[in-house]
Amino acid sequence: MMTAILSLGAVALVAALILGWASRKFAVVIDKRETEIVAILPGANCGACGFAGCASYAAAIVAGQAKLNRCCLGGNDMIVRIAAVMHMDAHPPLPQKALVLCRGDNRATVMKYRYLGLRDCNAAQLLADGPKQCPDGCLGLGSCAAACPFGAIEITVGDLAVVHHERCVGCGRCAAACPRQVIALVPVSAMVHVLCRSHAKGAQVRRYCDTGCLGCGLCKKAVPEAYVVERFLARVDYDHADQAAQAVAVCPNHCIIDLAVHQLEKTEAQATL
Amino acid sequence: MNTAPTFRGGIHLPDHKRETHHPIETCTLPDQLVLPLSQHAGTPAQPCVAVGDRVAKGQCVATAEGEVSAPVHASTSGSVVAIEPRPHPSGRALPAFVIEPDGEERWATDLTPLEPRQWSPENLKQHIRDAGIVGMGGGTFPTHVKLTLMEQHSCDTLIINGCECEPWLSGDDRLMVEQGDKVLDGADILRQALGVQRTLIGIEANKPEAIALLRHASRKFDAMEVICVPSTYPQGAEKQLIDVLLGRQVPSGGHPANIGVVVDNVATAAAVSDAVRYGRPLVERVVTVAGPALATPKNLWVRLGTPLRTLVDQCGGSREEIGKIIVGGPMMGQSQLNLDTPVVKGTTGLLLFGSQDVSLREAGPCIRCGRCIAVCPLHLLPATITAYAERGRFDGALTYGALECMECGCCTYVCPAARPLVQMLRYAKAEIITRQKECLT
Repeated sequence: MMTAILSLGAVALVAALILGWASRKFAVVIDKRETEIVAILPGANCGACGFAGCASYAAAIVAGQAKLNRCCLGGNDMIVRIAAVMHMDAHPPLPQKALVLCRGDNRATVMKYRYLGLRDCNAAQLLADGPKQCPDGCLGLGSCAAACPFGAIEITVGDLAVVHHERCVGCGRCAAACPRQVIALVPVSAMVHVLCRSHAKGAQVRRYCDTGCLGCGLCKKAVPEAYVVERFLARVDYDHADQAAQAVAVCPNHCIIDLAVHQLEKTEAQATL
Repeated sequence: MNTAPTFRGGIHLPDHKRETHHPIETCTLPDQLVLPLSQHAGTPAQPCVAVGDRVAKGQCVATAEGEVSAPVHASTSGSVVAIEPRPHPSGRALPAFVIEPDGEERWATDLTPLEPRQWSPENLKQHIRDAGIVGMGGGTFPTHVKLTLMEQHSCDTLIINGCECEPWLSGDDRLMVEQGDKVLDGADILRQALGVQRTLIGIEANKPEAIALLRHASRKFDAMEVICVPSTYPQGAEKQLIDVLLGRQVPSGGHPANIGVVVDNVATAAAVSDAVRYGRPLVERVVTVAGPALATPKNLWVRLGTPLRTLVDQCGGSREEIGKIIVGGPMMGQSQLNLDTPVVKGTTGLLLFGSQDVSLREAGPCIRCGRCIAVCPLHLLPATITAYAERGRFDGALTYGALECMECGCCTYVCPAARPLVQMLRYAKAEIITRQKECLT
């Protein structure tokens, strides 16, 4: 009995000494700040910052290789806290959300051909520039939805991508995945948007879309400071957009929407899913 | 008939050749010809005439831009009414000449043949380049580039491809039967341009008439042999034909020049003969017009730039509602949005299918049956590559040799789950190539 206790105790002691020595000898030195930043970062490992995950982004910040505002998930508070750890000045960017600049679902637009292939917009775009007559409209095959790490994008029954803003963090991965650049990052505070990005002339747009921007300029006439019309496409000047909502009613093709009001319509679309 | 042993993989298709094996007729002159600047693989040609100019048949209207490119010639006499984006067989609107014919068919006066004493490889290459000749089997790779590639490799054999393995198509077959001497003459000119001794002509066993005629006619030439090859799809693919005729394998990522071979289509050979003997550039070609929805299938001599509608009209129109229009063969051809697209240098055929011929089956999940792997003539694993492509894992697709795929369509044809395998492979290839280019810049 005693022998067993002593011999096992001796083995344990030797092993403990070896482990203790090894943990000092082979210790990996981690900058304390790195651990702190990892704790502050959201831990979603979404990769939207351009690094492999939160830990590699933290390492890059400490090494001085990355700016503090690359993580769009944590908001401005997080940037201020990381800046405090790094003893740097925080320059938080304006928060942004993704928005699909197209309302042309398959009831509103004309198709060139019937597409039965791979459910991927990039693959469809290779076939005669996509099945939609409109060269700029949303193809609705869900490449953006697949790219979104937060499940914020849904494809409606009408084959149109819709961003759910309560889940969107504005990382921009959907915009990068879209072959037609239909998705834009817009300021969270902006409520009124022109949901079209086709530069085609009005007569042409009318041929294939019931809800595309014709470039008629009525919105600009209604609220001159809030709208810019370039090459037959209107867009909201987000810096002077206070009165933009007044033009929603004048748009003949209903492609200007006010998200504050439009919320209702969107839930209706969800209800049909 | 003795046939060479076949290659591994491939499929046997109902060939429908009897339906189209008719003498070649001349296609009528349309009201407008649309000549795209890009009718070949490589850089589009640069216009050298302006809107409003009068052009003669065979006059060069756009010059080759860079090495891998080919000029474009007016296919009839008339006036250029526009240079603007027009529908192209690729599905996009690409810049094209619009020529209004004057009906005179007046040939340009500066077209000169190349005298036999001037037939040095250099002169022949330049002449073939100036005639705008490209691979007419559908690949449209500029022929002069193939001849130039050979300078860097020691080459011993010219193969003339008379397989025409796609169902329905019979334009090459008819060309061999009706103008066999011209084909062989063109083959001999190509052989001299390459500076090789041996010429092999591979013809599928389902063209006994062409084989007999060319065998007889080829006795006039030294070291020229007509070989009957099995009727297996894709026998007309370059790599498969070389494998069957010579037992040589084209290395991965390489081209036939690496193993000392150049392959040209019979229609290309005939065009070379026309260019060298008569100075005539490539302005017309044989197109097989066929398909279940067409009233009377025909083979037509068509001026390049003729809208597909003109061809269909000459064949008595369609007898039912058109469900699908394919330019080329049914296996590798391109679907068209409408009949407004023009015939270009690579248009081997025009096929019309009715609405009930088109399968609208939704793709199901892969059941791992392995049929695509059994039929792949390039020994690839289409199921694995497409599984990677579907998930956006293009590195994996590259590892499994996606870039080797020639898009012959055998895998899609046999897939019991109706999966769009070729589309996924094309998508993977396009993505891999874009990413490789991005890495280089």
